[in-house]
Amino acid sequence: MPFIPHTETEINEMLSVIGIDSIENLFDEIPAHLKAKGLERVPAGLNEMSINRLMQQRAAQDGQPLCFIGAGSYDHHIPAAVWQITTRGEYYTAYTPYQAEASQGTLQLTYEFQSMMTALTGLDVSNASLYDGATAMAEAVLMAVRSNRKSRSRKILVPRSVNPTYTHVTDTMVKHQNVELLDVAIDSASGTTSLDALKAFSGEDIAALVISQPNFFGTLEDVDAMTDWAHENNIMVIAVVNPLSLAILKPPGEWGETGVDIAVGDGQPLGAPMSSGGPYYGFMTCKKAFVRQMPGRIVGRTVDQQGREGFVLTLQAREQHIRRSKATSNICTNQGLVVTASTIHMSLLGPEGLKQTALSCHNNTQKLVKKLSSIDGVDVVFDQPRFHEAVIKLNKSAADVLNKLAQQNILGGLDLSELYPEMKDCILVCATELRIAEDIETFASALAEALK
Amino acid sequence: MLIFEHSADGRQTKIQSTSGNEMPTDIPAALLREVKPGLPEVSEMQAVRHYTSLSQKNFSIDTHFYPLGSCTMKHNPRVCNSLAMLPGFLSRHPLAPEQNSQGFMACMYELQEMLCDVTGMAAFSLTPMAGAQGEFAGVAMIRAYHDANGDTQRKEILVPDAAHGTNPATATMCGYTVKEIVTLANGDVDVDALKAAVGPQTAGLMLTNPSTLGVFERRIEEIAKIVHEAGGLLYYDGANLNAILGKIRPGDMGFDVIHSNLHKTFSTPHGGGGPGSGAIGVAERLKPFMPLPVVTKEGDDYRWLTEKDCPQSIGRMSAFMGNAGVLLRAYIYMRLLGSEGMQRVSEFATLNANYMMAQLKKRGFEAAIPDRYASHEFIITLKKQSRELHVSAMDFAKRLLDLGYHAPTTYFPLLVPECLLIEPTESEAKEVLDGFIEALVQIQHEAETDADMLHNAPYTMPVNRLDEVRAAKQLDLSWSPNPDV
Repeated sequence: MPFIPHTETEINEMLSVIGIDSIENLFDEIPAHLKAKGLERVPAGLNEMSINRLMQQRAAQDGQPLCFIGAGSYDHHIPAAVWQITTRGEYYTAYTPYQAEASQGTLQLTYEFQSMMTALTGLDVSNASLYDGATAMAEAVLMAVRSNRKSRSRKILVPRSVNPTYTHVTDTMVKHQNVELLDVAIDSASGTTSLDALKAFSGEDIAALVISQPNFFGTLEDVDAMTDWAHENNIMVIAVVNPLSLAILKPPGEWGETGVDIAVGDGQPLGAPMSSGGPYYGFMTCKKAFVRQMPGRIVGRTVDQQGREGFVLTLQAREQHIRRSKATSNICTNQGLVVTASTIHMSLLGPEGLKQTALSCHNNTQKLVKKLSSIDGVDVVFDQPRFHEAVIKLNKSAADVLNKLAQQNILGGLDLSELYPEMKDCILVCATELRIAEDIETFASALAEALK
Repeated sequence: MLIFEHSADGRQTKIQSTSGNEMPTDIPAALLREVKPGLPEVSEMQAVRHYTSLSQKNFSIDTHFYPLGSCTMKHNPRVCNSLAMLPGFLSRHPLAPEQNSQGFMACMYELQEMLCDVTGMAAFSLTPMAGAQGEFAGVAMIRAYHDANGDTQRKEILVPDAAHGTNPATATMCGYTVKEIVTLANGDVDVDALKAAVGPQTAGLMLTNPSTLGVFERRIEEIAKIVHEAGGLLYYDGANLNAILGKIRPGDMGFDVIHSNLHKTFSTPHGGGGPGSGAIGVAERLKPFMPLPVVTKEGDDYRWLTEKDCPQSIGRMSAFMGNAGVLLRAYIYMRLLGSEGMQRVSEFATLNANYMMAQLKKRGFEAAIPDRYASHEFIITLKKQSRELHVSAMDFAKRLLDLGYHAPTTYFPLLVPECLLIEPTESEAKEVLDGFIEALVQIQHEAETDADMLHNAPYTMPVNRLDEVRAAKQLDLSWSPNPDV
């Protein structure tokens, strides 16, 4: 029997200890008329050879196209050591470190992870992870509403340059607590938050402002001015950042005069494969003053009875298993294994490796933009410094062109018209460090052909 | 030693990245980083050795019996991991067009179908990324349903006092107030208390069956009727689905919405605390409100359902479609087990739990609910040991670590004093269960002869009991090169 070790003899011994004749007796309390009749849509079991064959076919079927889509999931190189160590049984098959003495591996690793995230973001404290970047933004919004002592408002300013799916997910998660997200317009020339639109809210009671750096279009916001404006108006600042970009961009803890209050983002670029959208992890760091309003697990360093250094889950009085209906969040299980991979990934690359990767992404994207903009029928939409994504406008139907490219096994970018109706035939493109000159050439010639 | 303490300024593993790129001139200096981040600078070998040796400080299913109640720490078959990590799956971009995604989408569609079948629900959405997020989706759907019916006075969610903490926390996040229903000494919900609690303000009841006390809720049909007649809906917390898999389906018990913890019942790894999956199933009347995306099949083609198809959806809950890699592992596990394997899971999980409970009772331990069959888990209460010998459930738990066993869940459910919630799962062999029973008997003997020794256990771990008060008071949450600055 798959994954069940019992022999007939053992089953009989066990039944006799319990004092019953058959396993079925153990289910006597289930009303007979409710018992399941058998399954219709679960096929018969497969052995390992057959499942191998099936999954190999399914995986091959999708063709591993040449990917120029980013939009929150990025195709980066992951060193071989990362997932080899991460999938060791001692990490893979452990659970939340409830018994600290028998979980020092996971606990110390999490403490190291927290240290790395505070270093990258320039803030004081980090939690052990949330589900993904989108839910991290939602949790940050709720946290800001709880934390902002200078505001009684439940209103949050969200520029339209923030990933619209993040905004959508945030709305799904916060609206039941009467938290309201207010749009802030973007400047159509630069593709960044309109400072005039922002200043129209001056003097209003607002709990927090979300700033995305880089923003969804890949362009760079004037984060210093936005942060200072918000703080002058007693508005807390939530940064949504790509953690890889922080190897070269100013960390949120240094934005403006005093830095942001909370930073969140998706850890995928640091060691998680694209993998159809997950598992990734959301990270969250903040200023020390707000740590008791932070959601999720937090690991602390302490000592044992003999004074030896050790690690424990701490500040648990915030959490659902203690506070129940008054907890900071309902989160319990987070994304531990991906955090494990990411911690190893950051250790292997170090500050210089991450910086080189970030620069390579930036340079390749600039080359891509230059190459594509030389094609007839392609315009670069925003003239603004960028990290590793750009918006281009086509003179033909974006949907048709992307479809033609997909048939040639090229994912040519994301059609923006569904998310931004005013951006007809605009696509968001990205070139990571893996999209070398040859790939860019392949994409450009296929695009030129499709636009003819 | 921390990874940072292996670090030396300027040490690099150049092989892991590109090199030779200069800082850009097309980004204003004010937007750039001035000082490099304080990440470790180590060689590949140092990193590999450090994280390998850290892993060895963990107990895990692969190394130890791990009978953590309500967590279903069953064997994680290796093939589920290796096939979910095929390059074709890992390199698929989540926004790849449907025409480049049919292989992956076929797996997801079939997973939805199988989950509908084993739970008796009409449709499934795979997007929630953990049990708690599944709960959020479920309660948000209950709210959307009442709102769509103009039934906006329903402000209250009922939760048994034995429930997981995530249940009341979720209800709060969905804007509800929580009313607790007491549990009887025999483990059943107090139906009279339920009758008194329901009314026009009731949005729904969240229930785990079998309950966290490890027994089947016998009056489930009556409970469903009471809640439904009051106009409320019934939520099934799937934490304990392993106990009834293939035997009875939540849909047939009258539940309107359920979440299934795929990392429990369907054997995806627990990963040191996730990633999990809280796939959510609904009865017909809640279908319009499901979180997106969902895969549908039209002819031979698979397609994502979007907001255009489901305008009443509660919305999206992740940037893409949830923990896809976890879903693939669950899919592979279900295909390996097949229809005949599903029933065996609950049968042998239940056999193991009842065998352990029977043996422990024979050896003098007190079961919290001694006169009923256990489900896939059961509770031992050590209140007598605590009172007479001054040895707590925590002391037993810590000493078990010395004897090579991960401790069961302790002090949960909150209703039972000094409790151990023990869930062996179906994948453990009889001799492992026997070894654990002998370990508890040994600890009982130690409690009677040398209680002080137990108060200081464990002795064989990398550390002994840690100062949690100091951890919470003198917060040290991240490493700093200059801790005094």
